Amino acid sequence: MFLLNDIGRIKSFIKSGIANILPETGKQSRIILNERSFVNGVKHFQMPEKTHISVRDLNLYIQNNHILKNINLDIPDKKITCIIGPSGCGKTTLLKTFNRLFESSADIKISGEVLVDGENIHGNKVEVTHIRKKMGLLSQKPCPLPMSIFDNIAYGCRIHGIRDKKQVKGIVEHYLKAAGLWDEVKDRLNTPAARLSIGQQQRLCLARGLAVEPAIILGDEATSALDPISSKHIEELFVGLKSQYTIVLVTHILRQAYRIADYIIFMYLGEIIEHGPAEKVLNNPQEKLTKEYLAGIFS
Amino acid sequence: MKKIIEEKVFKVLMIITTLVILSFLFFIFIAILRRGIPAMSWDMISKIPGGGFYIGKEGGLLNAIVGSIYIVLGSTILGMLISIPIVIYINVYLPSRSALASAVRLSFDVLFGVPSIVYGAFGFTIMVFLGLKTSLLGGIIAVSMLIVPILVRSMDEVARVMPRDMLDAAYSLGATKYETIKVVLRQIAPGIATAVMLSIGRAIGDAASVLFTAGYTDSIPTSLNQPAATLPLAIFFQLSSPVEQVQDRAYAAAFILTMIVLALSFGARYFSRKFSKNKI
Repeated sequence: MFLLNDIGRIKSFIKSGIANILPETGKQSRIILNERSFVNGVKHFQMPEKTHISVRDLNLYIQNNHILKNINLDIPDKKITCIIGPSGCGKTTLLKTFNRLFESSADIKISGEVLVDGENIHGNKVEVTHIRKKMGLLSQKPCPLPMSIFDNIAYGCRIHGIRDKKQVKGIVEHYLKAAGLWDEVKDRLNTPAARLSIGQQQRLCLARGLAVEPAIILGDEATSALDPISSKHIEELFVGLKSQYTIVLVTHILRQAYRIADYIIFMYLGEIIEHGPAEKVLNNPQEKLTKEYLAGIFS
Repeated sequence: MKKIIEEKVFKVLMIITTLVILSFLFFIFIAILRRGIPAMSWDMISKIPGGGFYIGKEGGLLNAIVGSIYIVLGSTILGMLISIPIVIYINVYLPSRSALASAVRLSFDVLFGVPSIVYGAFGFTIMVFLGLKTSLLGGIIAVSMLIVPILVRSMDEVARVMPRDMLDAAYSLGATKYETIKVVLRQIAPGIATAVMLSIGRAIGDAASVLFTAGYTDSIPTSLNQPAATLPLAIFFQLSSPVEQVQDRAYAAAFILTMIVLALSFGARYFSRKFSKNKI
Protein backbone atom coordinates (compact mmCIF):
# COMPACT_ATOMS: atom_id res chain seq x y z
CA MET A 1 0.00 0.00 0.00
CA PHE A 2 2.76 2.38 0.91
CA LEU A 3 4.61 1.35 -2.18
CA LEU A 4 1.61 1.93 -4.40
CA ASN A 5 1.10 5.30 -2.87
CA ASP A 6 4.71 6.21 -3.38
CA ILE A 7 4.49 5.27 -7.01
CA GLY A 8 1.37 7.39 -7.32
CA ARG A 9 3.08 10.27 -5.69
CA ILE A 10 6.11 10.01 -7.89
CA LYS A 11 3.84 9.94 -10.93
CA SER A 12 2.00 13.06 -9.91
CA PHE A 13 5.30 14.59 -8.90
CA ILE A 14 6.50 14.23 -12.43
CA LYS A 15 3.22 15.53 -13.78
CA SER A 16 2.76 18.64 -11.74
CA GLY A 17 6.23 19.74 -10.63
CA ILE A 18 7.71 20.32 -7.22
CA ALA A 19 5.91 23.55 -6.36
CA ASN A 20 2.46 22.01 -6.47
CA ILE A 21 3.25 18.74 -4.82
CA LEU A 22 4.91 19.93 -1.63
CA PRO A 23 1.83 20.99 0.32
CA GLU A 24 -0.09 18.07 -1.09
CA THR A 25 2.38 15.49 0.13
CA GLY A 26 1.89 16.78 3.63
CA LYS A 27 -1.83 16.38 3.28
CA GLN A 28 -1.56 12.94 1.73
CA SER A 29 0.71 11.52 4.36
CA ARG A 30 -1.80 12.53 7.00
CA ILE A 31 -4.52 10.65 5.21
CA ILE A 32 -2.28 7.61 4.85
CA LEU A 33 -1.70 7.57 8.59
CA ASN A 34 -5.42 7.63 9.15
CA GLU A 35 -6.22 4.84 6.80
CA ARG A 36 -5.89 1.25 7.73
CA SER A 37 -3.26 -0.47 5.71
CA PHE A 38 -4.15 -3.80 4.24
CA VAL A 39 -1.53 -6.53 4.03
CA ASN A 40 -2.78 -9.81 2.66
CA GLY A 41 -6.34 -8.74 3.35
CA VAL A 42 -5.81 -8.37 7.09
CA LYS A 43 -6.24 -4.96 8.57
CA HIS A 44 -3.37 -3.99 10.77
CA PHE A 45 -4.53 -1.95 13.66
CA GLN A 46 -2.88 -1.35 16.95
CA MET A 47 -5.20 -0.77 19.87
CA PRO A 48 -4.11 2.61 21.19
CA GLU A 49 -3.23 3.03 24.82
CA LYS A 50 -5.63 5.90 25.25
CA THR A 51 -9.34 5.36 25.69
CA HIS A 52 -11.84 8.18 25.46
CA ILE A 53 -15.01 6.67 26.82
CA SER A 54 -15.03 3.87 29.38
CA VAL A 55 -18.11 2.09 30.55
CA ARG A 56 -18.05 0.24 33.87
CA ASP A 57 -20.78 -2.15 35.06
CA LEU A 58 -23.51 -0.20 33.31
CA ASN A 59 -27.05 -1.46 33.83
CA LEU A 60 -30.12 0.28 32.55
CA TYR A 61 -33.76 -0.46 33.21
CA ILE A 62 -36.76 1.06 31.45
CA GLN A 63 -39.94 0.37 33.42
CA ASN A 64 -38.24 -2.62 35.04
CA ASN A 65 -37.15 -4.09 31.72
CA HIS A 66 -33.46 -4.82 31.84
CA ILE A 67 -32.26 -3.08 28.67
CA LEU A 68 -28.50 -2.91 29.17
CA LYS A 69 -26.86 -5.73 31.07
CA ASN A 70 -23.47 -5.30 32.73
CA ILE A 71 -21.81 -3.30 30.02
CA ASN A 72 -18.05 -2.94 30.33
CA LEU A 73 -16.00 -1.47 27.53
CA ASP A 74 -13.38 1.02 26.45
CA ILE A 75 -13.83 3.12 23.38
CA PRO A 76 -10.55 4.13 21.73
CA ASP A 77 -9.61 7.75 21.27
CA LYS A 78 -9.75 9.21 17.74
CA LYS A 79 -10.99 6.05 16.04
CA ILE A 80 -14.26 5.00 14.49
CA THR A 81 -16.07 2.59 16.78
CA CYS A 82 -19.10 0.83 15.36
CA ILE A 83 -21.75 -0.70 17.58
CA ILE A 84 -23.41 -3.49 15.61
CA GLY A 85 -26.12 -5.97 16.40
CA PRO A 86 -29.71 -6.88 15.56
CA SER A 87 -32.61 -4.47 16.13
CA GLY A 88 -33.70 -3.96 19.71
CA CYS A 89 -30.42 -5.11 21.21
CA GLY A 90 -29.74 -1.83 23.03
CA LYS A 91 -27.30 -0.19 20.61
CA THR A 92 -29.06 3.16 20.57
CA THR A 93 -29.76 2.97 24.29
CA LEU A 94 -26.06 2.49 24.97
CA LEU A 95 -25.23 5.43 22.73
CA LYS A 96 -27.73 7.63 24.53
CA THR A 97 -26.19 6.88 27.92
CA PHE A 98 -23.04 8.57 26.61
CA ASN A 99 -24.67 11.99 26.46
CA ARG A 100 -27.40 11.43 29.03
CA LEU A 101 -30.23 12.08 26.61
CA PHE A 102 -32.19 9.73 28.81
CA GLU A 103 -33.03 12.35 31.32
CA SER A 104 -35.84 13.55 29.13
CA SER A 105 -37.63 10.21 29.48
CA ALA A 106 -39.28 8.94 32.62
CA ASP A 107 -39.11 5.54 34.36
CA ILE A 108 -35.42 4.97 33.71
CA LYS A 109 -32.95 3.59 36.21
CA ILE A 110 -29.24 3.62 35.51
CA SER A 111 -26.44 2.12 37.57
CA GLY A 112 -22.74 1.95 36.86
CA GLU A 113 -20.37 4.46 35.36
CA VAL A 114 -19.70 6.05 32.01
CA LEU A 115 -16.33 7.77 32.12
CA VAL A 116 -15.57 10.41 29.54
CA ASP A 117 -12.02 11.74 29.90
CA GLY A 118 -11.98 9.99 33.26
CA GLU A 119 -15.06 11.81 34.56
CA ASN A 120 -18.20 9.83 35.44
CA ILE A 121 -20.92 11.58 33.48
CA HIS A 122 -23.67 9.90 35.45
CA GLY A 123 -22.29 11.36 38.66
CA ASN A 124 -24.52 13.64 40.68
CA LYS A 125 -22.44 16.76 40.42
CA VAL A 126 -21.92 16.69 36.67
CA GLU A 127 -23.61 19.42 34.73
CA VAL A 128 -25.46 17.77 31.90
CA THR A 129 -25.04 20.58 29.37
CA HIS A 130 -21.29 20.46 29.91
CA ILE A 131 -21.04 16.78 28.89
CA ARG A 132 -23.46 17.16 26.01
CA LYS A 133 -21.33 19.95 24.62
CA LYS A 134 -18.48 17.46 24.42
CA MET A 135 -20.48 15.28 22.02
CA GLY A 136 -22.09 15.95 18.72
CA LEU A 137 -25.08 13.74 17.95
CA LEU A 138 -26.29 12.70 14.52
CA SER A 139 -29.66 11.05 14.65
CA GLN A 140 -31.17 8.56 12.25
CA LYS A 141 -33.40 11.08 10.57
CA PRO A 142 -31.68 14.42 10.14
CA CYS A 143 -33.35 16.90 12.41
CA PRO A 144 -32.53 20.49 11.60
CA LEU A 145 -33.81 23.16 13.95
CA PRO A 146 -36.73 25.26 12.70
CA MET A 147 -34.54 28.17 11.58
CA SER A 148 -32.38 29.26 8.67
CA ILE A 149 -29.28 27.35 7.60
CA PHE A 150 -27.08 29.98 9.20
CA ASP A 151 -29.00 30.03 12.50
CA ASN A 152 -28.93 26.25 12.75
CA ILE A 153 -25.19 26.41 13.21
CA ALA A 154 -25.10 29.74 15.02
CA TYR A 155 -27.60 28.42 17.60
CA GLY A 156 -24.95 26.28 19.28
CA CYS A 157 -22.45 29.14 19.35
CA ARG A 158 -25.00 31.50 20.83
CA ILE A 159 -26.11 29.22 23.64
CA HIS A 160 -22.47 28.78 24.59
CA GLY A 161 -21.94 32.50 24.76
CA ILE A 162 -20.35 33.37 21.40
CA ARG A 163 -22.32 36.36 20.19
CA ASP A 164 -19.80 38.40 18.26
CA LYS A 165 -21.25 38.52 14.74
CA LYS A 166 -17.97 38.24 12.90
CA GLN A 167 -16.85 35.32 15.02
CA VAL A 168 -20.17 33.48 14.58
CA LYS A 169 -20.00 34.04 10.83
CA GLY A 170 -16.48 32.60 10.76
CA ILE A 171 -17.55 29.54 12.76
CA VAL A 172 -20.56 28.92 10.52
CA GLU A 173 -18.43 29.06 7.39
CA HIS A 174 -15.69 26.90 8.85
CA TYR A 175 -17.96 24.07 9.93
CA LEU A 176 -20.12 24.17 6.83
CA LYS A 177 -16.87 23.64 4.93
CA ALA A 178 -15.85 20.86 7.31
CA ALA A 179 -19.13 19.10 6.59
CA GLY A 180 -18.71 19.62 2.86
CA LEU A 181 -21.84 21.73 2.56
CA TRP A 182 -20.47 25.24 2.11
CA ASP A 183 -20.35 25.30 -1.67
CA GLU A 184 -23.95 24.12 -1.92
CA VAL A 185 -25.44 26.63 0.51
CA LYS A 186 -23.16 29.65 0.62
CA ASP A 187 -25.57 31.74 -1.47
CA ARG A 188 -28.67 30.87 0.54
CA LEU A 189 -27.62 30.84 4.16
CA ASN A 190 -30.80 32.60 5.18
CA THR A 191 -33.23 30.15 3.66
CA PRO A 192 -34.95 27.69 6.01
CA ALA A 193 -32.98 24.54 6.73
CA ALA A 194 -36.10 22.50 6.04
CA ARG A 195 -35.72 23.25 2.33
CA LEU A 196 -32.45 21.34 2.02
CA SER A 197 -32.44 17.81 0.68
CA ILE A 198 -32.28 15.08 3.29
CA GLY A 199 -28.61 14.37 2.60
CA GLN A 200 -27.77 18.05 2.91
CA GLN A 201 -29.77 18.22 6.11
CA GLN A 202 -27.71 15.43 7.62
CA ARG A 203 -24.48 17.24 6.72
CA LEU A 204 -25.97 20.41 8.20
CA CYS A 205 -26.65 18.49 11.41
CA LEU A 206 -23.06 17.29 11.38
CA ALA A 207 -21.80 20.86 10.92
CA ARG A 208 -24.12 22.02 13.68
CA GLY A 209 -22.76 19.36 16.01
CA LEU A 210 -19.15 20.16 15.14
CA ALA A 211 -19.68 23.88 15.68
CA VAL A 212 -19.97 23.47 19.44
CA GLU A 213 -16.48 21.95 19.28
CA PRO A 214 -17.10 18.52 20.72
CA ALA A 215 -14.43 15.87 21.13
CA ILE A 216 -16.76 12.99 20.32
CA ILE A 217 -19.23 12.41 17.50
CA LEU A 218 -22.09 10.03 18.19
CA GLY A 219 -24.01 8.68 15.22
CA ASP A 220 -27.27 6.81 15.63
CA GLU A 221 -27.67 5.01 12.30
CA ALA A 222 -26.75 8.33 10.81
CA THR A 223 -26.84 7.16 7.21
CA SER A 224 -29.79 4.79 7.23
CA ALA A 225 -32.30 7.37 5.97
CA LEU A 226 -30.02 8.69 3.25
CA ASP A 227 -29.57 7.85 -0.41
CA PRO A 228 -26.37 5.97 -1.33
CA ILE A 229 -24.53 9.06 -2.54
CA SER A 230 -25.28 11.14 0.56
CA SER A 231 -24.55 8.13 2.68
CA LYS A 232 -21.14 7.69 1.08
CA HIS A 233 -20.48 11.39 1.55
CA ILE A 234 -21.19 11.13 5.29
CA GLU A 235 -18.99 8.03 5.61
CA GLU A 236 -16.13 9.83 3.91
CA LEU A 237 -16.59 12.76 6.26
CA PHE A 238 -16.37 10.40 9.24
CA VAL A 239 -13.15 8.89 7.94
CA GLY A 240 -11.74 12.38 7.40
CA LEU A 241 -12.82 13.57 10.83
CA LYS A 242 -11.43 10.76 12.91
CA SER A 243 -8.01 12.33 13.13
CA GLN A 244 -9.59 14.96 15.36
CA TYR A 245 -12.62 13.28 16.89
CA THR A 246 -13.56 10.06 18.59
CA ILE A 247 -16.44 8.69 16.56
CA VAL A 248 -18.99 6.20 17.86
CA LEU A 249 -21.54 4.93 15.37
CA VAL A 250 -24.51 2.69 15.83
CA THR A 251 -25.14 0.87 12.60
CA HIS A 252 -27.18 -2.04 11.42
CA ILE A 253 -25.56 -1.93 8.02
CA LEU A 254 -22.87 -4.52 8.44
CA ARG A 255 -21.15 -3.44 5.22
CA GLN A 256 -20.72 0.01 6.70
CA ALA A 257 -18.90 -1.45 9.66
CA TYR A 258 -16.61 -3.35 7.27
CA ARG A 259 -15.90 -0.16 5.36
CA ILE A 260 -15.14 2.31 8.10
CA ALA A 261 -14.85 0.72 11.54
CA ASP A 262 -11.60 0.56 13.49
CA TYR A 263 -13.21 -0.97 16.52
CA ILE A 264 -16.31 -3.13 16.77
CA ILE A 265 -18.77 -3.70 19.56
CA PHE A 266 -21.25 -6.51 18.92
CA MET A 267 -24.36 -6.46 21.06
CA TYR A 268 -27.14 -8.97 21.42
CA LEU A 269 -30.24 -8.54 23.63
CA GLY A 270 -28.67 -5.94 25.87
CA GLU A 271 -25.33 -7.61 26.34
CA ILE A 272 -21.97 -7.07 24.75
CA ILE A 273 -21.09 -10.38 23.14
CA GLU A 274 -17.78 -9.41 21.66
CA HIS A 275 -15.73 -6.29 21.18
CA GLY A 276 -12.31 -5.55 19.84
CA PRO A 277 -10.37 -4.14 16.90
CA ALA A 278 -12.36 -4.38 13.68
CA GLU A 279 -10.08 -6.79 11.86
CA LYS A 280 -10.15 -9.18 14.78
CA VAL A 281 -13.92 -9.18 15.35
CA LEU A 282 -14.96 -9.02 11.72
CA ASN A 283 -12.42 -11.43 10.27
CA ASN A 284 -11.91 -13.76 13.14
CA PRO A 285 -14.83 -13.67 15.56
CA GLN A 286 -14.51 -15.76 18.68
CA GLU A 287 -18.13 -16.06 19.76
CA LYS A 288 -20.72 -18.25 18.06
CA LEU A 289 -23.33 -15.45 18.03
CA THR A 290 -20.92 -13.04 16.37
CA LYS A 291 -20.06 -15.62 13.73
CA GLU A 292 -23.73 -16.24 13.02
CA TYR A 293 -24.55 -12.53 12.87
CA LEU A 294 -21.66 -11.79 10.54
CA ALA A 295 -22.59 -14.75 8.36
CA GLY A 296 -26.12 -13.41 8.12
CA ILE A 297 -27.83 -16.31 9.89
CA PHE A 298 -29.85 -13.73 11.82
CA SER A 299 -30.02 -9.99 11.57
CA MET B 1 -71.94 -2.48 -7.24
CA LYS B 2 -73.06 -2.05 -3.62
CA LYS B 3 -69.73 -0.48 -2.79
CA ILE B 4 -69.98 2.03 -5.60
CA ILE B 5 -73.45 3.13 -4.48
CA GLU B 6 -72.22 3.39 -0.91
CA GLU B 7 -69.32 5.53 -2.04
CA LYS B 8 -71.61 7.84 -4.05
CA VAL B 9 -74.22 8.21 -1.31
CA PHE B 10 -71.65 9.29 1.25
CA LYS B 11 -69.96 11.64 -1.16
CA VAL B 12 -73.30 13.35 -1.88
CA LEU B 13 -74.07 13.58 1.86
CA MET B 14 -70.75 15.29 2.50
CA ILE B 15 -71.29 17.76 -0.31
CA ILE B 16 -74.77 18.55 1.02
CA THR B 17 -73.58 19.25 4.57
CA THR B 18 -70.78 21.47 3.28
CA LEU B 19 -73.22 23.40 1.11
CA VAL B 20 -75.72 23.82 3.95
CA ILE B 21 -73.10 25.37 6.20
CA LEU B 22 -71.73 27.57 3.44
CA SER B 23 -75.25 28.76 2.61
CA PHE B 24 -75.78 29.75 6.26
CA LEU B 25 -72.67 31.86 6.05
CA PHE B 26 -73.90 33.31 2.79
CA PHE B 27 -77.35 34.19 4.18
CA ILE B 28 -75.88 35.76 7.30
CA PHE B 29 -73.74 37.91 5.03
CA ILE B 30 -76.76 38.85 2.95
CA ALA B 31 -78.78 39.76 6.03
CA ILE B 32 -76.01 41.91 7.42
CA LEU B 33 -75.33 43.57 4.09
CA ARG B 34 -78.99 44.14 3.18
CA ARG B 35 -79.79 46.11 6.31
CA GLY B 36 -76.29 47.23 7.30
CA ILE B 37 -74.98 48.76 4.09
CA PRO B 38 -77.77 51.39 3.77
CA ALA B 39 -77.09 52.44 7.36
CA MET B 40 -73.32 52.61 6.77
CA SER B 41 -71.80 56.03 6.40
CA TRP B 42 -68.47 57.63 7.06
CA ASP B 43 -69.95 59.00 10.28
CA MET B 44 -70.55 55.46 11.51
CA ILE B 45 -66.85 54.70 11.75
CA SER B 46 -65.51 58.17 12.45
CA LYS B 47 -67.83 59.64 15.08
CA ILE B 48 -68.89 58.77 18.57
CA PRO B 49 -72.64 58.75 19.34
CA GLY B 50 -74.09 62.23 19.49
CA GLY B 51 -77.09 63.27 21.56
CA GLY B 52 -80.11 61.21 20.56
CA PHE B 53 -78.06 58.67 18.60
CA TYR B 54 -80.12 55.86 20.05
CA ILE B 55 -83.36 57.33 18.79
CA GLY B 56 -82.00 57.69 15.29
CA LYS B 57 -80.13 61.00 15.38
CA GLU B 58 -76.56 61.69 14.27
CA GLY B 59 -73.39 60.09 15.51
CA GLY B 60 -71.40 56.93 14.95
CA LEU B 61 -69.94 53.81 16.50
CA LEU B 62 -66.32 54.86 16.91
CA ASN B 63 -66.58 54.38 20.68
CA ALA B 64 -67.51 50.72 20.22
CA ILE B 65 -64.94 50.11 17.47
CA VAL B 66 -62.11 51.56 19.54
CA GLY B 67 -63.34 49.87 22.71
CA SER B 68 -63.50 46.48 20.98
CA ILE B 69 -60.01 46.90 19.54
CA TYR B 70 -58.61 47.94 22.93
CA ILE B 71 -60.18 44.96 24.65
CA VAL B 72 -59.12 42.50 21.97
CA LEU B 73 -55.53 43.74 21.88
CA GLY B 74 -55.24 43.94 25.64
CA SER B 75 -56.75 40.55 26.29
CA THR B 76 -54.76 38.87 23.50
CA ILE B 77 -51.49 40.22 24.86
CA LEU B 78 -52.43 39.31 28.44
CA GLY B 79 -53.70 35.91 27.28
CA MET B 80 -50.46 35.16 25.40
CA LEU B 81 -48.37 36.13 28.41
CA ILE B 82 -50.32 33.62 30.47
CA SER B 83 -50.76 30.81 27.94
CA ILE B 84 -47.30 30.53 26.33
CA PRO B 85 -45.57 29.68 29.63
CA ILE B 86 -48.29 27.09 30.30
CA VAL B 87 -47.78 25.46 26.89
CA ILE B 88 -43.99 25.45 27.28
CA TYR B 89 -44.24 24.04 30.78
CA ILE B 90 -46.51 21.12 29.94
CA ASN B 91 -44.66 20.26 26.73
CA VAL B 92 -41.00 20.86 27.53
CA TYR B 93 -40.57 20.75 31.28
CA LEU B 94 -42.99 18.00 32.20
CA PRO B 95 -42.15 14.45 31.08
CA SER B 96 -44.12 13.21 28.09
CA ARG B 97 -46.59 11.03 29.98
CA SER B 98 -47.02 13.26 33.00
CA ALA B 99 -50.20 13.07 35.05
CA LEU B 100 -49.97 16.77 35.84
CA ALA B 101 -49.88 17.64 32.14
CA SER B 102 -53.01 15.64 31.42
CA ALA B 103 -54.73 17.20 34.43
CA VAL B 104 -53.87 20.66 33.09
CA ARG B 105 -55.17 19.71 29.64
CA LEU B 106 -58.41 18.38 31.11
CA SER B 107 -58.95 21.56 33.14
CA PHE B 108 -58.50 23.70 30.05
CA ASP B 109 -60.95 21.52 28.15
CA VAL B 110 -63.48 22.20 30.89
CA LEU B 111 -62.72 25.93 30.91
CA PHE B 112 -63.07 25.91 27.13
CA GLY B 113 -66.69 24.87 27.52
CA VAL B 114 -67.61 27.38 30.24
CA PRO B 115 -70.10 29.90 28.80
CA SER B 116 -68.80 33.43 28.48
CA ILE B 117 -71.52 34.88 30.68
CA VAL B 118 -69.99 32.89 33.54
CA TYR B 119 -66.62 34.53 32.94
CA GLY B 120 -68.40 37.87 32.89
CA ALA B 121 -70.17 37.14 36.17
CA PHE B 122 -67.01 35.74 37.72
CA GLY B 123 -65.00 38.75 36.59
CA PHE B 124 -67.70 41.02 37.99
CA THR B 125 -67.59 39.25 41.38
CA ILE B 126 -63.83 39.73 41.53
CA MET B 127 -64.20 43.38 40.57
CA VAL B 128 -66.77 43.94 43.29
CA PHE B 129 -64.44 42.22 45.73
CA LEU B 130 -61.56 44.47 44.70
CA GLY B 131 -63.77 47.53 44.65
CA LEU B 132 -63.34 48.17 40.91
CA LYS B 133 -65.99 49.75 38.73
CA THR B 134 -66.84 48.56 35.24
CA SER B 135 -63.76 49.44 33.25
CA LEU B 136 -61.59 48.66 30.27
CA LEU B 137 -59.26 46.76 32.62
CA GLY B 138 -62.14 44.65 33.95
CA GLY B 139 -63.18 43.84 30.39
CA ILE B 140 -59.64 42.90 29.39
CA ILE B 141 -59.30 40.58 32.37
CA ALA B 142 -62.65 38.86 31.79
CA VAL B 143 -61.99 38.38 28.07
CA SER B 144 -58.48 37.05 28.86
CA MET B 145 -60.04 34.40 31.09
CA LEU B 146 -62.31 33.53 28.21
CA ILE B 147 -59.55 33.16 25.61
CA VAL B 148 -56.72 31.59 27.63
CA PRO B 149 -58.27 28.08 27.31
CA ILE B 150 -58.56 28.56 23.54
CA LEU B 151 -54.98 29.79 23.27
CA VAL B 152 -53.58 27.02 25.46
CA ARG B 153 -55.45 24.17 23.81
CA SER B 154 -54.80 25.21 20.23
CA MET B 155 -51.09 25.90 20.82
CA ASP B 156 -50.80 22.69 22.80
CA GLU B 157 -52.18 20.64 19.90
CA VAL B 158 -49.29 21.88 17.76
CA ALA B 159 -46.66 21.62 20.49
CA ARG B 160 -47.63 18.01 21.28
CA VAL B 161 -46.85 16.76 17.79
CA MET B 162 -43.53 18.56 17.75
CA PRO B 163 -40.83 16.01 16.85
CA ARG B 164 -39.11 14.77 20.00
CA ASP B 165 -35.88 14.43 18.03
CA MET B 166 -35.81 18.16 17.53
CA LEU B 167 -35.63 18.75 21.26
CA ASP B 168 -33.00 16.03 21.57
CA ALA B 169 -31.00 17.73 18.83
CA ALA B 170 -31.05 20.98 20.78
CA TYR B 171 -30.19 19.20 24.04
CA SER B 172 -27.30 17.38 22.42
CA LEU B 173 -25.82 20.73 21.47
CA GLY B 174 -25.71 21.47 25.18
CA ALA B 175 -28.87 23.57 25.36
CA THR B 176 -30.73 23.81 28.64
CA LYS B 177 -34.50 23.48 28.68
CA TYR B 178 -34.76 27.25 28.88
CA GLU B 179 -32.57 27.62 25.78
CA THR B 180 -34.75 25.21 23.81
CA ILE B 181 -37.76 27.52 24.25
CA LYS B 182 -36.55 29.53 21.26
CA VAL B 183 -36.56 26.37 19.15
CA VAL B 184 -40.00 25.33 20.41
CA LEU B 185 -41.52 28.74 19.75
CA ARG B 186 -40.21 28.74 16.21
CA GLN B 187 -41.57 25.30 15.58
CA ILE B 188 -45.03 26.09 16.93
CA ALA B 189 -45.17 29.60 15.40
CA PRO B 190 -47.88 28.65 12.88
CA GLY B 191 -49.89 27.19 15.77
CA ILE B 192 -49.46 30.40 17.73
CA ALA B 193 -50.77 32.38 14.75
CA THR B 194 -53.83 30.11 14.46
CA ALA B 195 -54.45 30.29 18.20
CA VAL B 196 -54.30 34.07 18.17
CA MET B 197 -56.68 34.21 15.24
CA LEU B 198 -59.19 31.92 16.92
CA SER B 199 -59.03 33.80 20.19
CA ILE B 200 -59.35 37.20 18.52
CA GLY B 201 -62.42 35.95 16.72
CA ARG B 202 -63.92 34.81 19.99
CA ALA B 203 -62.85 37.88 21.96
CA ILE B 204 -64.13 40.47 19.52
CA GLY B 205 -67.48 38.81 19.08
CA ASP B 206 -68.31 38.08 22.68
CA ALA B 207 -70.96 40.23 24.35
CA ALA B 208 -71.66 38.39 27.58
CA SER B 209 -68.22 38.60 29.15
CA VAL B 210 -67.95 42.37 28.70
CA LEU B 211 -71.54 43.18 29.67
CA PHE B 212 -70.83 43.51 33.41
CA THR B 213 -67.10 44.04 33.28
CA ALA B 214 -66.36 46.66 30.64
CA GLY B 215 -69.78 48.29 30.76
CA TYR B 216 -70.85 50.64 28.03
CA THR B 217 -70.16 54.28 27.34
CA ASP B 218 -70.57 56.77 24.55
CA SER B 219 -67.06 58.15 24.89
CA ILE B 220 -63.73 56.64 23.96
CA PRO B 221 -61.88 55.41 27.05
CA THR B 222 -58.63 57.22 27.77
CA SER B 223 -57.49 55.11 30.70
CA LEU B 224 -57.86 51.55 31.95
CA ASN B 225 -60.18 52.70 34.70
CA GLN B 226 -62.84 54.01 32.39
CA PRO B 227 -65.66 51.89 31.02
CA ALA B 228 -65.47 50.91 27.37
CA ALA B 229 -68.09 50.21 24.72
CA THR B 230 -67.81 47.16 22.49
CA LEU B 231 -69.30 46.26 19.11
CA PRO B 232 -71.27 43.18 20.25
CA LEU B 233 -72.96 45.25 22.94
CA ALA B 234 -73.58 48.03 20.43
CA ILE B 235 -75.39 45.47 18.29
CA PHE B 236 -77.30 44.14 21.27
CA PHE B 237 -78.50 47.51 22.56
CA GLN B 238 -79.48 48.85 19.16
CA LEU B 239 -81.28 45.70 18.10
CA SER B 240 -83.49 45.96 21.17
CA SER B 241 -84.57 49.45 20.12
CA PRO B 242 -88.07 49.82 18.65
CA VAL B 243 -86.83 52.39 16.11
CA GLU B 244 -86.14 50.71 12.79
CA GLN B 245 -83.37 53.10 11.84
CA VAL B 246 -81.54 52.20 15.04
CA GLN B 247 -81.98 48.50 14.31
CA ASP B 248 -80.38 49.06 10.92
CA ARG B 249 -77.41 50.62 12.69
CA ALA B 250 -77.06 47.39 14.64
CA TYR B 251 -76.58 45.66 11.30
CA ALA B 252 -74.05 48.31 10.36
CA ALA B 253 -72.19 47.49 13.58
CA ALA B 254 -72.37 43.80 12.69
CA PHE B 255 -70.96 44.62 9.26
CA ILE B 256 -68.05 46.53 10.81
CA LEU B 257 -67.41 43.66 13.22
CA THR B 258 -67.42 41.14 10.37
CA MET B 259 -65.02 43.25 8.35
CA ILE B 260 -62.60 43.53 11.29
CA VAL B 261 -62.71 39.75 11.83
CA LEU B 262 -62.16 39.18 8.10
CA ALA B 263 -59.18 41.54 8.02
CA LEU B 264 -57.68 39.89 11.10
CA SER B 265 -58.15 36.43 9.57
CA PHE B 266 -56.31 37.42 6.42
CA GLY B 267 -53.59 38.97 8.52
CA ALA B 268 -53.25 35.85 10.64
CA ARG B 269 -53.10 33.68 7.53
CA TYR B 270 -50.35 35.82 6.10
CA PHE B 271 -48.33 35.65 9.30
CA SER B 272 -49.01 31.96 9.70
CA ARG B 273 -47.55 31.29 6.27
CA LYS B 274 -44.63 33.56 6.98
CA PHE B 275 -43.87 31.85 10.28
CA SER B 276 -44.31 28.32 9.03
CA LYS B 277 -41.50 28.54 6.49
CA ASN B 278 -39.00 27.37 9.09
CA LYS B 279 -41.15 24.55 10.40
CA ILE B 280 -39.58 21.12 10.22
